[in-house]
Amino acid sequence: MKLAQDLFEPAISQISAEHINRPSTTMLQDAWRRFKLNKLAMTGLITLVALIIFAFAGPAFIDYNFKTNDLMNTYLTPSWIHPFGTDALGRDTMARIMYGGRVSLAIGFVSVLINLSIGVFYGGISGYFGGRVDNIMMRIVDIIYSVPDLLYVILLMVVIGGKGGLLIIMIVLGIVNWMGMARIVRGQILALREQEYVLAARTLGASTARLMLKHLIPNALGPIIITAALAIPMAIFMEAFLSFIGIGIQPPFASWGSLAAEGRLNIPSYPYALFFPAAAIAITMLAFNFVADGLRDAFDPKMRK
Amino acid sequence: MAKFLLKRIASALLVLWIVVSLTFVLMHSIPGGPFSREKQVPPAVLKNLEERYHTNDPLSKQYIDYMVNVAQLDLGPTFRYEGRSVNDLIKAGLPKTATIGFLAAVFALGGGLILGSIAALWQNKTPDAVATFVATIGISVPSFVMATFLQYYLGYKLGLFPPVGWNDGAWRNLVLPSLALGAYPIAQITRLMRASMLDVLSQDYIRTAKSKGLPGYVIIGRHAMRNALLPVITYLGPFFAYILTGNFVVEYVFGIPGIGQFFVTSITNRDYSTIMGMTLLFCSLLVVFNLLVDIAYTFVDPRIKLTDQKGA
Repeated sequence: MKLAQDLFEPAISQISAEHINRPSTTMLQDAWRRFKLNKLAMTGLITLVALIIFAFAGPAFIDYNFKTNDLMNTYLTPSWIHPFGTDALGRDTMARIMYGGRVSLAIGFVSVLINLSIGVFYGGISGYFGGRVDNIMMRIVDIIYSVPDLLYVILLMVVIGGKGGLLIIMIVLGIVNWMGMARIVRGQILALREQEYVLAARTLGASTARLMLKHLIPNALGPIIITAALAIPMAIFMEAFLSFIGIGIQPPFASWGSLAAEGRLNIPSYPYALFFPAAAIAITMLAFNFVADGLRDAFDPKMRK
Repeated sequence: MAKFLLKRIASALLVLWIVVSLTFVLMHSIPGGPFSREKQVPPAVLKNLEERYHTNDPLSKQYIDYMVNVAQLDLGPTFRYEGRSVNDLIKAGLPKTATIGFLAAVFALGGGLILGSIAALWQNKTPDAVATFVATIGISVPSFVMATFLQYYLGYKLGLFPPVGWNDGAWRNLVLPSLALGAYPIAQITRLMRASMLDVLSQDYIRTAKSKGLPGYVIIGRHAMRNALLPVITYLGPFFAYILTGNFVVEYVFGIPGIGQFFVTSITNRDYSTIMGMTLLFCSLLVVFNLLVDIAYTFVDPRIKLTDQKGA
């Protein structure tokens, strides 16, 4: 049989083997894709966004101010005019909760930002250099860690707090809570720096700073974000405690903690003043916990059962 | 073991020394001395006060004096309670604090282990939902709010227990403070125990125990719970720290004259020697307890060796 030459053609693929059909996803995109599927975590996230909008945009939609007294209308029960009632000086409780929410959330985010910066820097150096440097740096952390952070917070607030300014509370909460973060970052970096891609980058002549910023820290981002998500509500909790013992936010300014501490005093006659701020704290705490759990699953699918 | 203990005790002493020094420096860097109040004290009186409490000595001398006293377990006089020393306050308060702390610990540990196990055994059924609900409430409500709600509803409204006071440690007075103090740790322990029980229950040796035909209580009691305890034991350190610091709130709310309350009032009174003494006491208790927890590990899990501390 004779086969015509033109029946054949070379089997050359039009698409090169190196071609990647789908756009590549970064670690964060990947995590977000998994996070979106987690109902509880999404509920937490939506609640948080709603709380932030409530606290920061809410005051624009109500007629009351957080510090205007109205002595004719004290201790009103919740109604259409004052959805959360009014307090001892006739101030609208909803306006105060919105304002207190700004302060509490700001304390949570800013103090964790401080904690994160110190923790990542300290833990990064310790993990990257390893050996004796690591040993000394981690022993220092162990020593600081063996004292309850509440004691540091109280001592520092007594010493530099004085009047309990917002900025001081943020800084104090930030600088006492970084040890946990430092430990986690150090553990991650210690494991990551043995990876082949780090060796490859080093062989290509990457500087220490580049290794840290481009290779090590981005790969440790998952645990860092999870730790931060859990640290934010803890900072809000701690501020509430400080307000409770009288060295937190001072009136007429308010945080959820100081509102709850204030409301606690006359609970037999007017329980609403404790209920609403306490509920705000509890909802925030839960939302952050759900988000953190969701993030854990999203960043580390192997952990999922 | 002996070498490990010596090493740990040495490091514990180092920690305590650093804590004392740090608090000393912090306390002495506060603007205004311990005797500056709203009402100006006459200069002559102030001088006498400073003379009596040695606050006009040079700092280095004060530091050495304080260290020598602390080494002899003498925490010095209080600045606000006339004629009482910090040691007196501790002697008066510690038994009360310890009673409530102990009861809360028993409640939290016992309750948490049982709730967590029940939740795991009936996973995704009603008992699980109930346990998860308890755990959620305990974690998300600040302790002073929890204490106030318990005091108001169980103590004041329903009148089940006295809402306030120590009353020579009558058991009815102890119930509410212990519940309030245990609320947060019981939630944590329930969560830990549930997760670790679920993990253990899916292990092969549990299936083996079942296929051997062992009765349920033996499987759960001897095989599952004992192995599930390990993560809970790792939590004991932070747990104890929480019981200590949580006492500040609970004693304050329920009006119990324990060391937690002294600590909080000493902060508002700026009673520096009491703050320093109490800080030192809390840290020493914590350091001792952490050591005990480390030793307890080796008994529960013989695979853990205390001597090997590299990379820990």
